Amino acid sequence: MPKTLKRDLFPYLLLLPAIVITLVIVAWPLVETIRLSFTDASLKPTENYIGFANYEKIFSRRFPEVIARTFYWMALSVALKMLVGTFGAVLLNSAVPGRTLARILVIPPWVIPIAIGVFIWGWMYNGQFGMISGLLQRFEIIGGPLEFLAYRETAFLATIITDVWIGTPMVTIFVLAAMQAVPGDLYEAAWVDGAGRGYRFRRITLPLILPAIATMSLLSAIWTFNSFDIIWILTEGGPRGGTTTMIIDTYKTAISRFKYGEGAARAVMIVCILTAFSGAYFYLISRFAKKGA
Amino acid sequence: MINKYRWWEYVAIYAGLAVFLGFILAPFIEAFVVSLRPLNALFSIPYQFFTDEMSFSAYITMWQNVPLLWLYMLNSFFIAAMVTLCGLCAIIPAAYAFSRFEFRGKNTLLAAFLAINMVSGAVLIIPLFKVMQELGVLNTYIAMIAPGTAFVIPTGIWLLRSYLLKIPKELEEAAWVDGAGRLYTLRRVILPIALPGIVVVSIATFIAAYAQQFIYALTFNNKNELNPLPVGLFQFFGRQEVVWNELMAASLVGILPVLIVYVFLQRYIVAGLTAGAVKE
Repeated sequence: MPKTLKRDLFPYLLLLPAIVITLVIVAWPLVETIRLSFTDASLKPTENYIGFANYEKIFSRRFPEVIARTFYWMALSVALKMLVGTFGAVLLNSAVPGRTLARILVIPPWVIPIAIGVFIWGWMYNGQFGMISGLLQRFEIIGGPLEFLAYRETAFLATIITDVWIGTPMVTIFVLAAMQAVPGDLYEAAWVDGAGRGYRFRRITLPLILPAIATMSLLSAIWTFNSFDIIWILTEGGPRGGTTTMIIDTYKTAISRFKYGEGAARAVMIVCILTAFSGAYFYLISRFAKKGA
Repeated sequence: MINKYRWWEYVAIYAGLAVFLGFILAPFIEAFVVSLRPLNALFSIPYQFFTDEMSFSAYITMWQNVPLLWLYMLNSFFIAAMVTLCGLCAIIPAAYAFSRFEFRGKNTLLAAFLAINMVSGAVLIIPLFKVMQELGVLNTYIAMIAPGTAFVIPTGIWLLRSYLLKIPKELEEAAWVDGAGRLYTLRRVILPIALPGIVVVSIATFIAAYAQQFIYALTFNNKNELNPLPVGLFQFFGRQEVVWNELMAASLVGILPVLIVYVFLQRYIVAGLTAGAVKE
């Protein structure tokens, strides 16, 4: 590469389009969110700076509960996604006839619009006529119709299951790719030495795919934390706040109730938490980068 | 041989696959069955998987309830395609800069782009609404395309950068020695070689843009004829009674094109998802 002037503008020119759109769509709104969080902005034309009043207000109410629920929802959903997804990857990695077809069939929930998948789940959760309640009744696991989205606990679980359904294909394909990147001669060497299938999985596959699982868990945690469509379509955060996560809470406060200032304060709290996540993400990336070098 | 299974291992694997794929595919099967049944048969107790009077009539009557279905499908495609196109215009030069040049603030900038991955449009929805309002683009395609574009850029840069890093620098040096300008080198030397990587990034971007257009359209657009598929069909829920069989029929018809395209592009999709992530 030619060594050019020290103050070379060319790379900055290359970055210009990406930087401009990011400034307009992400950076400026982020700054504006922080500013709004210190105001009483609403539909009124005027807004006043009110210091930390919004933060005091939200923390005096049920906000800590919402934070706790968000983490609980995320942790449960991510754990299930990783578990089901890895389970699927192990199965799809086995050398049986038909696995190519199975690998194609696993993708649909991931490539269709999220909202469409959620519509279908909305029907399935219907207590009177839906598939899940119907089957559970047929096998006499539940006595009568169960309206899954009408009770806090079942709605909480129902939104998680739908989230798991949408997130699983990606985990599966990701872990599967990591498993296939494991050099085959490792298995052969172990096999020659008489290691069984379970032993080979525990001692070769698992340690080598662990970085991929760690990365995927973290990315999945971030996406799950930001999950909006699923809960909004299924319950809009109800019943009685039972599925209100921080994102839903922010959207409701700001967009449905027009309390921009208070909504912004909630959004700032989300950004704080996500910043902690991104710290962990960079730590993981830099560790792998060192290993790869 | 190493990969030979005993009979009970086959049984276990296929049973596991059946459970796993059952979970993944059950909603699609249920949606198809529902779309075939008349509305009054749907609202019957106890739950029945099959009814006698199955027909494709919902696929015909749905056009009265959702006359704009074709338009919604086209809008979804158009928005996702524009996000991909605009995204690529930003991603390709940026990824090139990050993979080839040393400049001040490079690492900070790269980290800043990756940090965008953490935030979602929903968090920034309040000021975003104001931005769209001030730009005068509320209720236009731009209001749905621009936010989508910003949020696909980071992943795109990351994926393409790792692809470009694998291309030997000697190629550009040779072009330089032959007197080619830098933009010319990017266009005529790098782009053709990076094409497979660009294809993979495009597909990954398109899928993300296609799957996640709900919140922007819901918030920034109230012109029905501009709505993408998910928001167009969401209106079913606004009515007094949800016409489930037609909703399912419309949903299935709406997603059919993507699923067909997917089967053909499956190899690239898997590559796109796993490229930059598993190994740098």
